[in-house]
Amino acid sequence: MLEVQAIAKSFNAGTPNEVRSLRCVSLRLEPGSWVIIIGSNGSGKSTFLNAVAGTFFVDEGSIRIAGKDVTAWPEYARAKFVGRVFQNPFSGTSPNLSIRENLSLAARRGRARGLGWGLKSSLVEKMREEVSRLNMGLEHRLENAIGSLSGGQRQALTLLMATWLRPELLLLDEHTAALDPKSADILIALTEQVVARDKLTTLMVTHSMQQAASLGDRLIMMHRGQIIHDFQGAEKRRIRPDDLLTRFEEVRRAEQLDQTAAQMLAEKYI
Amino acid sequence: MSLLIGTFTIGFILSLLALGVFISFRIFAFPDITADGSITLGAAVAATLLAHGVNPALASLAAFAAGLLAGTCTGTLHTRFKINSLLSGILVMTALYSVNLHVMRRSNVPLLSVNTLVTQAERIGMRFTGGVTSFKLTGWDVSVRDASVLCAMVLAVALACTLLYLFLRTNLGMAMRATGDNVHMIRALGVNDSTMIVFGLAISNGLVALSGALLAQYQGFADVGMGIGMVVWGLASVIIGEALVGSNQVGLTLIGAVMGSVLFRLMVAVALRWGLSPNDLKLITAVFVFFALIVPQFLRKSRLRSAHA
Repeated sequence: MLEVQAIAKSFNAGTPNEVRSLRCVSLRLEPGSWVIIIGSNGSGKSTFLNAVAGTFFVDEGSIRIAGKDVTAWPEYARAKFVGRVFQNPFSGTSPNLSIRENLSLAARRGRARGLGWGLKSSLVEKMREEVSRLNMGLEHRLENAIGSLSGGQRQALTLLMATWLRPELLLLDEHTAALDPKSADILIALTEQVVARDKLTTLMVTHSMQQAASLGDRLIMMHRGQIIHDFQGAEKRRIRPDDLLTRFEEVRRAEQLDQTAAQMLAEKYI
Repeated sequence: MSLLIGTFTIGFILSLLALGVFISFRIFAFPDITADGSITLGAAVAATLLAHGVNPALASLAAFAAGLLAGTCTGTLHTRFKINSLLSGILVMTALYSVNLHVMRRSNVPLLSVNTLVTQAERIGMRFTGGVTSFKLTGWDVSVRDASVLCAMVLAVALACTLLYLFLRTNLGMAMRATGDNVHMIRALGVNDSTMIVFGLAISNGLVALSGALLAQYQGFADVGMGIGMVVWGLASVIIGEALVGSNQVGLTLIGAVMGSVLFRLMVAVALRWGLSPNDLKLITAVFVFFALIVPQFLRKSRLRSAHA
């Protein structure tokens, strides 16, 4: 479903501030798999997701979604295959448009938009039904501007919008990070529901070790723009949040070792 | 009375300008200065065609099309060549000055004894009243000519408003509104935001040019300098309109822009009547817009302060 071949991306290339955010990352996702990505700050996990979404073009490597080489496709063209929920609740919805206008925009993701009436009554009926399933009482407020809703409600609607037309690939970029714990739990439950119902191929970045351990069927750990661990199958099922914390600690120690070793060598030979 | 009706008529004509400015400034948050040039462009195209005996409706449509083209240029400069939005507008506006001179072949085209939408409206009005030249309205003498021109302009603006309202609620129109609102979201939903901006600016300048075409026909001439400061006029109308309706529902904001334009024109007429020198008009307008832009900030701050106290 998703095939990422050895992609690399540097920002500010050729300047003293050069950051090599992705170094030769490859990943293959089977249809229907749910992959969780974790990593410390600056590990490149969000950059990886954005590279797949097409927020920027990669320097090297190729990306295929649903069998199509989309490496040179702009973001809006990839949207045909990709549904996205962002970390920032403000990013996924249009605040001055009403709930139903936002949903009707999502109902044509990746399709031509002409002079057809945006809010057909059959579509509004379906909206009421789908929105009532969120259990937030929003089905009575479809005419309200989305800007008046809470972050949790907006994220739930963004998830609904991203999956309104079944996406070939669902990208979740720390979509619960900006929410309070209760809203985050509700959103995770909704995510599990829709992913299971539509058998979505999902790539999810998270900060929460709890989510990383309990969700998905594969877990990837990134560090300094590379994939350093890839847990699949039984190994993924056995994993507990504490195990992940241990792994993070190992990475940290290895890094310290690098530095102390370099210092030692420097003292000795330079 | 004739003066009052004239004020209303110009207010309605310029409300098309206000709608255009509303699209660029409010929907896209794009400070589009092109309007200064495209209102003259509309006037120039319409006047030149009319002087050659073209049907007035066709001439006005041609002016609209010319405006579409001007807006497309600005949009393309901005999206395709990544030129700053303000500068793209300035470039096209400057270029349009020469274009307008070429279209008119001189700096001023008079429309005396030429068949225009205004003379047509007058003729229809006269036929309707059976040759009476004026009637009494609550004790005022109203000329049938003036009244029928006003009616025609109100109808034209109502039509443009309705079409624009319907358009903004189609799939395409909604995508346009969302582009100005949240560009990340609309890209993630598969819309090419650059295309939307070009398209939106085209419609905006089309309306502005149409406004220029009607203005030229009403005034009876097109002049190469008539567009100076028009963006600020439009902006003033939009701001007044927002204060009047105080809502961001699409339909109401459009009506607000029209009402704002008429009210602004009325204020200007009163100020001129009271002895404001016409030379100071643009200065006063600029100062007015300045205050209209900063007063909401002051209000918010003082409200915050009183909330804390």
